[in-house]
Amino acid sequence: MSVFAFYLFAICVIAGGFFTVVSRNPVHSVLWLILAFLSSAGLFVLLGAEFVAMLLVIVYVGAVAVLFLFVVMMLDVDFAELKAEMARYMPLALLIGLVILMQFVMAFGVWEASHVAEEMRAQVTPVDRHNTEALGLILYDQYFLLFQLSGLILLVAMIGAIVLTLRHRTSVKRQDVLAQMYRDPAKAMELRDVKPGQGL
Amino acid sequence: METIILFAPLVGAIICGFGWKFIGEKAAMWTATGLLFLAAFLSWIAFLTFDGVTEQIQILRWIESGTLSTDWAIRMDRMTAIMLIVVTTVSSLVHLYSFGYMDHDPQWRDGEVYKPRFFAYLSFFTFAMLMLVTADNLVQMFFGWEGVGVASYLLIGFYYRKPSANAAAMKAFIVNRVGDFGFALGIFGLFFLVDSINFDDVFAAAPTLAETTVSFLWTDWNAAELIAFLLFIGAMGKSAQLILHTWLPDAMEGPTPVSALIHAATMVTAGVFLVCRMSPIMEFAPMATGFITVLGATTAFFAATVGLVQTDIKRVIAYSTCSQLGYMFVAAGVGVYSVAMFHLLTHAFFKAMLFLGAGSVIHAMHHEQDMMNYGNLRKKIPYTFGAMMIGTLAITGVGIPLTGWIGFAGFASKDAVIESAYVGTDGGYAFWLLVIAALFTSFYSWRLMFLTFYGEARGDKHTHDHAHESPKVMLIPLGVLAVGSVLAGAIWYGSFFGKTNEVIKFFGGKYGEPTHELVEAVAERSPKASKLHYVMESKPGEAAIYIAPENTVLHEAHYVPTWVKLSPFVAMIIGLATAYWFYIVNPALPRQLAEQQRPLYLFLKNKWYFDELYDVIFVKPAIGIGRFLWRRGDGNVIDGSINGVAMGIIPAITRLAGRAQSGFIFTYAFWMVVGIAALVTWMSIGGGAH
Amino acid sequence: MIQADLNVILPEIMLAVYAMAALLVAVYTGKDKLAPMLVWLTAAGMVIIAAIVGLSGDGTNVAFGGMFVDDAFSRFAKVTILLSAAAVLVMSQDYMTRRGLLRFEYPILVALASVGMMMMVSAGDLMALYMGLELQSLALYVVASLRRDSAKSTEAGLKYFVLGALSSGLLLYGASLVYGYSGTTLFSGIIQAAQHGEVSLGMLFGLIFVISGLAFKVSAVPFHMWTPDVYEGSPTPVTAFFATAPKMAAMGLFARVAHDAFGGIVADWSQVIALLSLLSMFLGAVAAIGQTNIKRLMAYSSIAHMGYALMGLAAGTAFGVQALLVYMVIYVTMNVGTFAFILMMEKDGQPVTDIRSLGMYSKREPGRALAMLVLLFSLAGVPPMLGFFGKLYVLRAAYDAGLAWLAIAGVVASVIGAFYYLRIVYYMYFGDDESEALDQGSGTPVLWGFLMASAAVMVLGIINMFGVEGAAAAAAAVLVN
Repeated sequence: MSVFAFYLFAICVIAGGFFTVVSRNPVHSVLWLILAFLSSAGLFVLLGAEFVAMLLVIVYVGAVAVLFLFVVMMLDVDFAELKAEMARYMPLALLIGLVILMQFVMAFGVWEASHVAEEMRAQVTPVDRHNTEALGLILYDQYFLLFQLSGLILLVAMIGAIVLTLRHRTSVKRQDVLAQMYRDPAKAMELRDVKPGQGL
Repeated sequence: METIILFAPLVGAIICGFGWKFIGEKAAMWTATGLLFLAAFLSWIAFLTFDGVTEQIQILRWIESGTLSTDWAIRMDRMTAIMLIVVTTVSSLVHLYSFGYMDHDPQWRDGEVYKPRFFAYLSFFTFAMLMLVTADNLVQMFFGWEGVGVASYLLIGFYYRKPSANAAAMKAFIVNRVGDFGFALGIFGLFFLVDSINFDDVFAAAPTLAETTVSFLWTDWNAAELIAFLLFIGAMGKSAQLILHTWLPDAMEGPTPVSALIHAATMVTAGVFLVCRMSPIMEFAPMATGFITVLGATTAFFAATVGLVQTDIKRVIAYSTCSQLGYMFVAAGVGVYSVAMFHLLTHAFFKAMLFLGAGSVIHAMHHEQDMMNYGNLRKKIPYTFGAMMIGTLAITGVGIPLTGWIGFAGFASKDAVIESAYVGTDGGYAFWLLVIAALFTSFYSWRLMFLTFYGEARGDKHTHDHAHESPKVMLIPLGVLAVGSVLAGAIWYGSFFGKTNEVIKFFGGKYGEPTHELVEAVAERSPKASKLHYVMESKPGEAAIYIAPENTVLHEAHYVPTWVKLSPFVAMIIGLATAYWFYIVNPALPRQLAEQQRPLYLFLKNKWYFDELYDVIFVKPAIGIGRFLWRRGDGNVIDGSINGVAMGIIPAITRLAGRAQSGFIFTYAFWMVVGIAALVTWMSIGGGAH
Repeated sequence: MIQADLNVILPEIMLAVYAMAALLVAVYTGKDKLAPMLVWLTAAGMVIIAAIVGLSGDGTNVAFGGMFVDDAFSRFAKVTILLSAAAVLVMSQDYMTRRGLLRFEYPILVALASVGMMMMVSAGDLMALYMGLELQSLALYVVASLRRDSAKSTEAGLKYFVLGALSSGLLLYGASLVYGYSGTTLFSGIIQAAQHGEVSLGMLFGLIFVISGLAFKVSAVPFHMWTPDVYEGSPTPVTAFFATAPKMAAMGLFARVAHDAFGGIVADWSQVIALLSLLSMFLGAVAAIGQTNIKRLMAYSSIAHMGYALMGLAAGTAFGVQALLVYMVIYVTMNVGTFAFILMMEKDGQPVTDIRSLGMYSKREPGRALAMLVLLFSLAGVPPMLGFFGKLYVLRAAYDAGLAWLAIAGVVASVIGAFYYLRIVYYMYFGDDESEALDQGSGTPVLWGFLMASAAVMVLGIINMFGVEGAAAAAAAVLVN
């Protein structure tokens, strides 16, 4: 059963990835991508990593893929033209893709890990803890440094987004609540008698 | 003191060459001259107070490279002392003389400043020459050797507006390269064999060298022979011996003071100095010294024959120099180094004077150098005439026969050479050539005198009318040199060619008793010379020169047959008589003779066709090869390929690289992927490093 | 335990905390008005931290289970990174202010990028390596497009970002292959697993992918394509920054990964790096010939220089690493001076990047022209200058390691490369004295000072290289054993 599930999910991941690339319609591409994400989540479940599987669904499918959809639909990109440009390189690209593929077949066909790898490999599933707890322990203990660093990276990303997009427009009219509240009705209006032909 | 002598000329050259703009022309020239006189004065003190013991004065540590360890030091011994007085005396007098001679030189336009440059070159030359003679090792000597070469080049080509002067300068430089190549090989060889280039080590190793065999040019050589031979090749170039002599006559393109200083008295004798300095090695190389003897004698003869027919006054003296250098080499070749140095010393005085006298004549005749346009000048320039007469008497060797030393400088030294040659070659080839050369010397020297100062005034009448005596600054040096030409031989006869023990002592060596076998061998060879009392006992390098105990030429030369002692005098008389007959009694005779013996005359006139021969053998093929290499090799192959790469291929690659830089992200990504695919493929095909 | 770990990474913490505090203060107070002061403050902070790292560090300290290594090598690299970053920051202040580019985020981003670089050279784990790399890269992407009104600057940032993502992908893929082979991401574990003669092809592929990812960061051919565009498009001070500190960091990281993680299979990566080095030297030399924009030219120049530095790495020996470090220090110093000059190239107050505008510059500014001449000679590797000795160092390292062919190729490439450096000299001393000449006396005393100091170092450094050799030798000895 689990073997069958593994091959199903695996085929779905590959197919999803393949059609993401070849689809003519970009919206279709994103949908194929969502299929790939979901299948990967399935693979994680098979491995016993439910928490990561759920993260994948929530973050990648729920947030990233939807963001992609918005971007694809909001940006006016002529994908047909881009594709045409790329078609010129297609034969060469195919050739190189083929070469790399063959190399990997060679490499993975005779895959063997180092004889010391077994000892050094981390325990995948701790027996006495559930998934989420184990992940938390590792993140906040062993990988504390990396966790903090990723926080810094996100901070940089945030600063970057603001720096590159935030604009202070002086010409824009803004609502000043304080000014509105302290407005004096007595001074709001003034009557003037204007003589003809003279102005104020 | 020696350090001051060595560096005073350098300081003078620098101040004069670079400082004249700040201190003025006259002051610069006087500074250089003054420093030279100081050096000369100190040199004489050093020479006269010198006790004969070799000492080394270190100036600085020079080269430290592997086993090559060399100081820059002054080697002060008798050889150095002799050369110091020769170089500084002649040089200081030439400096003084140049004040007059170089004034208002017609080669230069008004307002051009050339005199400080000339004086700076002269002083620089003197410094380099002093470097050469004070050297304590071969590299230092080579430095001086090349330094004088450069100075010589600069001074021969001093009149750089004259194409012939430039050509002569280049010729001198290039011909000397041939000799220097031999010299350099000799130095390399010595370093290879002895692992040192210091004279002390080299000389100490000389007996070992004589028993070593080295392979050179596919042949096995005796090491001492090979080194001696290579060093002599260097000496041949510098001293203008046959085969490499062609540059010296052409060098007369330089100003006459230069000819006197460099191409008569000092630089050209460097070769003789080298051979004498290397006497410890020469003594162990009988074949090489035999070669030196033969070549020296041949040069003496050859140059004298050419001198017979030249009409340019300076060229006559130049060939005379060439010839006299041959005498010195014969003396060195037969093993009497003291006699070689003796002749070097006396020759420096009378040849410098002859040149300066000739310069004075040329000056008087408004730079006319052809003797055919002289004549009857003795009344016009009496002092110059007197000086030239003394010089001629000295060079032809006038003196009282059989006394040995009572006579002009050349008499004592030249007779010593000829007598030594008789002993050294058993009355053979070298001896006879030298006697004949003495005859010719006498002839051409008197011919010069008669053509210049006697007979009818020939040539441009206007020039003759305006002929005038030279200024005092030119006459004083002549006077000083005249004293030397008269007295040098008589004063130092005993020191250079006296009793064996005197000579050994003079050169700072120890003498001792000869072995019994040696005395018998000498007695058997020449019965008259059986009274051999002393031989040199110093080891090679301990004294300034080395005379092997078996080398008894110096002793035996005093006991040659009487006819041998008389022969140079007779040759001189014959030469004088012939010249008198040809140029005073019957002035038409030379022309008739030249027409009768036209092939011989042309042969001599054209200097045995050496220049033409070299032109055909070396110059033309070299030009051909050079042209070929230039046009085809350089032009097509090297320039072609480099220009092709630089102007064709590289810009093409540049354009390609520019085109690849399309500005599109996907192109860039594409190249990255191509790169990684290539790397991965390479790795899988090559299988990594295993 | 955590206390000890934190002590080891104290310099990084200080810089990161400073950056965040500065961010908070700036946001809630004067914002961009504080920026010039922040620039100086950040630079001063970096110099102080560099002093702390350089003077107080001692021995080899490992933290976080081997993920972070503080040793002589990392300290050497960190001091270089921090000092060069501080120098560039100070140089950029005037230029950025006058063009309205000086936002208060700029010094903060540079500080955070520096934290990333410090992490990179101290990484002892593939994940830590990646974290440091991304922290640095992300900050760099942002500053590259700092001039957001300019299409070129935006394009530069975007290109850098997209290609950087690709290279990160390559690196991560390689890391996963390496992990699959060795069962660990720690360098100390990988070096045990990957010993010569026993590695499988998959592991080698992993190695290649990791090398490719790193080669992108040092802009080695064929992963260099972003360099000219990004150098040209970015504001000049940012370009100066790109050319200095990140290059040092990436090189340090490269050396660390190569020796710490893959030290058992030197022969395998040595040949790959030798090839990258060869291609970089030649492409850098040849492609620059066609350039007239001095920023693009400097991009190709840095590609070529990275080729030489890689030559030291390709040697695979301790001496090679020493040569690499010495070369990088010299390279960074030269580039600081050269960019100080470029920052001063102005006409009517506007920056100029065309080298033809330098016609007869020597007549108007003899002092600056002479300093630039010294720097260009040094960049080209002309003997009396320090740049020559840097090249000599790597050539010797390559030759000693049996890569004579590479050393010879390096010499040939440097001859070709000399052309375009000398062409600038030609313009400055013999070019046309055209009317559209550069402003005289432009630039600030700070820039002038950096130019002169850098040129002086190129001349005076030949005496003893200011003791860098000894420190580099010690650093290399720690890395290679």
